[in-house]
Amino acid sequence: MTYQRVIEPPRGLEFNLRELVHERELLGFLTWRNVQVRYKQSLAGPGWAIFQPLLGMLIFTIVFGRYADLPNDGIEYPVFYFTAFVIWTYVASSLTTASGSIAENASLVSKVYFPRIFLPLAAGLAGVVDLAIGALVGIPLYLAYGVDLDPRMLLAVGPVLIAVFATCGAGMFLGALNAKYHDVRFIVPFLVQAGLFASPVAFSSSIVPDHLHTLYGLNPFAGAIEGFRWCMTGEGAATLSMVGVSAASALVILFLGAVYFQRTDASLADVV
Amino acid sequence: MSPVAAIEVAGLTKRYRLGELQQGTQLMSDAIAGAARRLARRERRPPRDPWFNALEDVSFTIAAGEAVGIVGANGAGKTTLLKLISRITRPSAGQIRINGRVGSLLEVGTGFHPELTGRENVFLNGSMLGMRRREIAEKFDEIVDFAGVERFLDTPVKRYSSGMYIRLAFAVAAHLEPEILLIDEVLAVGDVAFQRKCLGKMSDVAGAGRTVLFVSHNLGAVQQLTERAILIEGGRLAMDGPTRDVLARYMESLSDRAGAATSLAGARRPQPSLGRDVELVHAELVDHSGGVFEADKPIRFDLGVRANVAVPGFRLSFTVHSYEGQAVGNAFSAPLPGLAEGEAATFRLTVEDLPLAPGRYYLAVAAGTGDNLTGTREFDIVSDILDFEVAAARAADGTLAYWTAGWGPIRIAPPHVERV
Repeated sequence: MTYQRVIEPPRGLEFNLRELVHERELLGFLTWRNVQVRYKQSLAGPGWAIFQPLLGMLIFTIVFGRYADLPNDGIEYPVFYFTAFVIWTYVASSLTTASGSIAENASLVSKVYFPRIFLPLAAGLAGVVDLAIGALVGIPLYLAYGVDLDPRMLLAVGPVLIAVFATCGAGMFLGALNAKYHDVRFIVPFLVQAGLFASPVAFSSSIVPDHLHTLYGLNPFAGAIEGFRWCMTGEGAATLSMVGVSAASALVILFLGAVYFQRTDASLADVV
Repeated sequence: MSPVAAIEVAGLTKRYRLGELQQGTQLMSDAIAGAARRLARRERRPPRDPWFNALEDVSFTIAAGEAVGIVGANGAGKTTLLKLISRITRPSAGQIRINGRVGSLLEVGTGFHPELTGRENVFLNGSMLGMRRREIAEKFDEIVDFAGVERFLDTPVKRYSSGMYIRLAFAVAAHLEPEILLIDEVLAVGDVAFQRKCLGKMSDVAGAGRTVLFVSHNLGAVQQLTERAILIEGGRLAMDGPTRDVLARYMESLSDRAGAATSLAGARRPQPSLGRDVELVHAELVDHSGGVFEADKPIRFDLGVRANVAVPGFRLSFTVHSYEGQAVGNAFSAPLPGLAEGEAATFRLTVEDLPLAPGRYYLAVAAGTGDNLTGTREFDIVSDILDFEVAAARAADGTLAYWTAGWGPIRIAPPHVERV
């Protein structure tokens, strides 16, 4: 007998980490599928990965840098906005994809068994490819504005992980919710919009009063963006305590998202 | 045959809230509005929908290497049973014990992504069905060869013909080499040559000591492939025994059931903006045994209409669809006399000589004027109604005539053949 399996009614929380590890290849395939599908039949292909942060950077540099003259912590505006948009483009697009991942794959979910948690996770992971391309393409931009290459830049993996964890966590929650209530996908764009202005994309978190600065890290994207800015430029409003709070916050969101997803998982095929 | 059980099902129950099944899509805005309303009215608990048992206390054991057919009317719970065994959904009570890898063919090809190429989909789909990357790579040539799509491997599957698509999907699933194979209506796909291949593959699977669970409306195929069958009625296990006996009991039970008139108020109207000068109100099958017509017997149904404005005359028409959704044929009635405003009337339509093959069908009906010669103007169209089944003809010894879905939905009369 190769193995025996017992199928029973769902009972509370049951994380089957062994199964997820065993099926990891599928997560790879699903991630790779998301990447492929995004670039196939698109005019610019992987160009989108840099086009979006570049465009965001241009608009914000002109609107907020030129005219509103928001504080930039001594970082040139193009670099200041580009670093933020590399992270935020990832968050916005991955969160949107992850939220729709269960409903869009309804035929899959209701016809074949596999760990469904892979669907929002694959959306969150596929976006990392864009993020990496964006971060690399940004290097000439940094050089042009007088930022030197530095081993410190490799630390950017940390802030990126914060963004990935928080996005995957929120994506799992919204993905499961959207499977049951199909109008959740209409709310997601508003959430993303609100998140853009709740996170230090257009501004520096140095405008937050000092005694609230660490607390601001509860928004994991605040720590992710400021941390990424610091890794790329060595300047900015990032503090270790704020980034630390963001990391903790991201892990909590990831955990809660996974818990919510798992609780609805058993009935996904029935409601989707 | 090994004495070890491949599948042990004990006290299996699956409950749904009725609302979950009926509404389909729920909106969060409705849920929030409902909660707010209850809060405002100080109601304590939301009125919950009643439970509905899709499966109730089902128990059976299937030995390793056995091929078992599962039969029952629409909605009896057959597919729910397979979905539970394949873990797509979880039981409400009871337990399933499984020994061995389960492969399911519940509508093959659902894991394919249209933008990806055939090659990419083989890997993605194989992985989804539980194969390792190495395993897929080893069997890749065999899979492609079986499906016969070598030349199109690097073409996105959205450019495939539906036949190629299904063949590739089935090939992946068939090469999973599971110890336990679940099959639901898979014979309804592909052309004849490919179906033979599939049947062959399935007999191989059964012959190789693997366990096969086979759900189909094609009773002929069930009889061919299995020696034991399980009959499910209303979510309960009604009979478990030799296939021939179970099929006989199933056919009997079908003729006991009576059909009921259906109101068309909530039926699907593909063109809801039509004026409904004459509105289709209810529909009912006549002279049938539980939605089953015997092959070669006339098909009868009643259509109730109401004129919302006075009409000088109209006609009824209908289209027969196979259960896969393909239109099989269409007919227009002769012109019918006019109706006064508010007048209701019921018409009985009898169709003789409709050489439908065994299988499941449904109708779309319309009230309007004109026909295929003059051009049509419709008052009302209702689709997806009057499900019925055409039963296979039975020989004197009770054997069912065989008809494979690949032969199509029409039984063409034997041709006149002469040597020239």
